[in-house]
Amino acid sequence: MNEALAADLRAALAPDRVRTNATELGLYGRDASNIEGSTAVVCFPLTTSEVQAAVRAAHRHGVAFVARGAGTGLAGGAIPLDHALVIATTKMNRVLSVDPVNRMAWVEPGVLNLDLTRQVAHLGLHFAPDPSSQQSCSIGGNVANNSGGPHCLSDGVTASHVLGLEVVLSDGSVVQFGGEAPEEDGLDLRGAFVGSEGMFGIATKVLVRLTQNAPTVKTMLMDFSSVEAGAQTVSAIIAAGMVPAALEMMDQLCVQAVEAYIHAGLPLDAAAVLLVEVAGLPAGVAADTERIVEIGRLHGAGAVRIAKDEAERALLWKGRKTAFGAIARIKPNYYLHDTVVPRRMLPEVLRQVYEIAERHQLLVMNVFHAGDGNLHPLLVFDKREPGVMERVHAAGEEIVRASVAAGGVLSGEHGIGLEKRDFMPMMFAPADLAAQAAMRRGFDPSGLANPFKVLPSAAACGDVQHVPDGAWV
Amino acid sequence: MWRRAARTGWGVGVIDLDAFAAEVGAEGPVTITGVGSRGGAVPGVRTVQAPSGIQWVQPDEMIVCCGAGTPVDELVAVLAEHHQTAALPCGGTVGGALSLGQADLRRLGYGPVRDVLLQARYVSAAGEVVKAGGPTVKNVSGFDLCRLLVGSRGALGFLGEVILRTRPVAQCSQWFHREAGEPFEVFTQLHRPVSVLWDGTGVWALLEGHPDDVSAQAREASLAAVDGPPPLPGGSRRSIAPASIATIPGRFVAEVGVGTVHHAEPWVPPRRSQRVLDLALALKHEFDPLGRLNPGIDV
Repeated sequence: MNEALAADLRAALAPDRVRTNATELGLYGRDASNIEGSTAVVCFPLTTSEVQAAVRAAHRHGVAFVARGAGTGLAGGAIPLDHALVIATTKMNRVLSVDPVNRMAWVEPGVLNLDLTRQVAHLGLHFAPDPSSQQSCSIGGNVANNSGGPHCLSDGVTASHVLGLEVVLSDGSVVQFGGEAPEEDGLDLRGAFVGSEGMFGIATKVLVRLTQNAPTVKTMLMDFSSVEAGAQTVSAIIAAGMVPAALEMMDQLCVQAVEAYIHAGLPLDAAAVLLVEVAGLPAGVAADTERIVEIGRLHGAGAVRIAKDEAERALLWKGRKTAFGAIARIKPNYYLHDTVVPRRMLPEVLRQVYEIAERHQLLVMNVFHAGDGNLHPLLVFDKREPGVMERVHAAGEEIVRASVAAGGVLSGEHGIGLEKRDFMPMMFAPADLAAQAAMRRGFDPSGLANPFKVLPSAAACGDVQHVPDGAWV
Repeated sequence: MWRRAARTGWGVGVIDLDAFAAEVGAEGPVTITGVGSRGGAVPGVRTVQAPSGIQWVQPDEMIVCCGAGTPVDELVAVLAEHHQTAALPCGGTVGGALSLGQADLRRLGYGPVRDVLLQARYVSAAGEVVKAGGPTVKNVSGFDLCRLLVGSRGALGFLGEVILRTRPVAQCSQWFHREAGEPFEVFTQLHRPVSVLWDGTGVWALLEGHPDDVSAQAREASLAAVDGPPPLPGGSRRSIAPASIATIPGRFVAEVGVGTVHHAEPWVPPRRSQRVLDLALALKHEFDPLGRLNPGIDV
């Protein structure tokens, strides 16, 4: 607790929106990762000027500040370290304006991803990035992590859907990056800010691009007798020149867990199922559906189930999006990984993932964005079992190494945060990391905006490295 | 499978970034040029050219790797052999297109140039080869340096070798026209058109996809097939809020839904705020403290 900082914040915001009790400080010291930090004060601004006041107060007291949305991040990006100030943007949750013709909207960072889509649904529009946490994650968090989701295969990740930002920089100044005009003169500061994990400043308004809903959507489920056959089907679909709206895969263990949870009639005996969605105009959708089914059959697909109506489509998607919850039936805890590999390497890397899990005596389930090569191996365990966390962390590191060795990357959509910070040298040489550190210094010379994240110690000059409990870095 | 493309064009076939880095060096002002189609070198400064040639095409990954000095038209021709293309404006070099970051008329459907660059190896002001981004379409490993490089006009580093995202070539691609049309009416009638243009009276649209869908869309919007878009006035390229295009005076062709306006008269873009300018300068200073790369180019 930092009483002087809290007093300043109470004067600048309102006493009831500045919290210092132990329970709340403990709560805001965590996110959806397994990492725990330490919070000095939590505040809940309502406006840009209140965010500005909070940042200035942090600056005056020489305290680091961490912007926090819904706290659904899995890489520890929103974990406050060394008694930082948490600036929670959850109460800044208004959709400020919508231009239904040019398909854009100014929103506050605390607007929940799915709420935005619901609010523009009557206009035939939606916000394309759709992380599995879309019911609870906020747009501000999506911007910080450059979030993805199943439908990013055809429509791109958050960076492609953010046109402009209002940002409070670490010195308290308010700036706008990008905007409604398509080509801002000079450097693309908007583009650089998206995915900066709260280390460049705090977004207080976001201009998002809205996407037209497709007039025709076909969602199908194909089952395979091997994971390899499913993965090869994915590559073959893309190689045939089609980019489906989504191309998701679940392995047998995952299908069984999901089926027990939602009773959607999923094939329990299949080694893998592919969920494929094709969206667009009717003739194109019909032709692509036919070709995809043909490609699936060529690769040994058994049953092909095409959703006959919106209710069945919603049920199939519910299976995919609730997979992480469904696994609680098997073990009480899970560790969700996030790496990307070239699509053609999916069969080989998945084989390694199963082998790594087996070697560490862990159960692994795979449910992932196959079309993007974006793996999500889910290690399921019971943390009360002695020594299990060590095995979970060791297996996790091996999965990340196997993905990078296969020509992949550390993270596809969860970010680096604290979780993978010290793995950055697997992918980047010192000169590459120095360039990223230069970006950080350019945006935040004070180093007070969410310090100690993303950049490993040698690259983050001036940041005192701190590895909290629960991190497996 | 990695495939080496049949043609590598002018310049070297295998990219030697170390040689390019040595040429850029670590001291003294230096400028870069491609074929000079987008402004070319800074006059009076030692000039270098980026390596050229296509390293590989991976159609099943929808990515291509090439030297920044590779002509865009060569890249497009090689990708066409795989029924793919890259969303870069034609003409000039790949590095030039990325450094300027200005999309062509297909931006509405294909997205901005900044979404094309996945990984870059560039030569820094210290003369080092630096990697930004990664080879996969989805990647949030670290800060998005690639997006900072696109449109930076060589002020932060000189692009040497790039990995670009490709996209399938549509089965059918056709320009259409309607003599008298209200731009937003046509725009809202169409599903994800690749381009919609308006010159104050008539509307043009580029539609792509399945031939039956393309003709059905055109019919519904009362559009007639034409050979191509209208000639673009060359006085200025303006960037305005797309909602404002309805009130532009003068002779112009506006990109509906985008806000890029090709106007007959010159234009001075609005100045960014002082704090944003200061931030851009701070980044320039971090990347190029002595101001040796493309000196005089604004960030």
